[in-house]
Amino acid sequence: MSLQPETIKTLVKVAAEQVIASAPELTTLDQAIGDGDHGTNMKRGFEAVLGKLDAISAQPLDEALKMIGKTLVMTVGGASGPLYGSFFLAAGEALSHDRHLPDDLADVFGSGVNAVSARGRSQAGEKTMLDVLVPVLETLRMAAGQPDLIARVRTTAAEAVERTAPMQATKGRASFLGPRSVGHVDPGARSSCVLVQAVCASLEGQQ
Amino acid sequence: MTDTVGIVIVSHSKDIAKGTADMVRQMVGSEVKVAFCGGNPDGGLGTSVSLIIDAINNAWSTKGVAILVDLGGAETNSEMAVEMLEPARRDLVVVCNAPIVEGAVMAATEAAGGSSLAQVKAVAEELSAD
Repeated sequence: MSLQPETIKTLVKVAAEQVIASAPELTTLDQAIGDGDHGTNMKRGFEAVLGKLDAISAQPLDEALKMIGKTLVMTVGGASGPLYGSFFLAAGEALSHDRHLPDDLADVFGSGVNAVSARGRSQAGEKTMLDVLVPVLETLRMAAGQPDLIARVRTTAAEAVERTAPMQATKGRASFLGPRSVGHVDPGARSSCVLVQAVCASLEGQQ
Repeated sequence: MTDTVGIVIVSHSKDIAKGTADMVRQMVGSEVKVAFCGGNPDGGLGTSVSLIIDAINNAWSTKGVAILVDLGGAETNSEMAVEMLEPARRDLVVVCNAPIVEGAVMAATEAAGGSSLAQVKAVAEELSAD
């Protein structure tokens, strides 16, 4: 996994474009069980990230991640701003403290997941983005160093997002719906899946 | 004038935030600093970390600032805003678990009497007690 500025640039660009492209779907999902702003909020945040693409990719990866995090915090405008922002800020912070890729990938990702959990005071199983991020973290740990790691992460994320449909939300806006949240995929889980898939696709393209 | 705890009102809607601030000013008077914000960074419904930081600084008092919020994202963004303040101010700002309108009026009333930040927060949060 080489992390030259061009690699970072491609990764961030592909991820941001995928999130922006998925905005209508995220909005539709959020209209079912939330307040319908997840797509537009994520689009606003990742458009701001694209706007800073040159500055972000000029940084070492830890600083690039923190810059992405701060940009999302300041521009998303909904709870997903601090949640995704905290993920990237914490992952960048972990990388600043003697962690190295690819060996410590699971650790670095785990720091981000812990930050999301703390910020949202939430755990996996509550129909949130953590229901994708936590299974992905488990796969990163289990399959670390395996040649099919990226493929396994993609499968994990795709399956995990579908498993949020039968869950009943107990955190976030969807929890107001109680049992009526059952039967809908969680929009935050979907946006997490979009991000994970985009990063995997970008890395596969560079292998 | 003796310093009193400042009050910040954070709603998804600027109209709700302003209306709540108007009620506080009418019911409590002007001895308590009240700041408000509402709307996402594009001006639509939502909240903005940078507007919340501005509001905290506008309501700043050496006794601290109590924030009243409406729904989920307002709370998460307010907590994020507090963490992004300069370290000396961070510990002097609290987000109250209270209904926004009643909480703001109760918090400001308590603040006007010169109470501490902890007392102001406690009085607002009595509204959420079962």
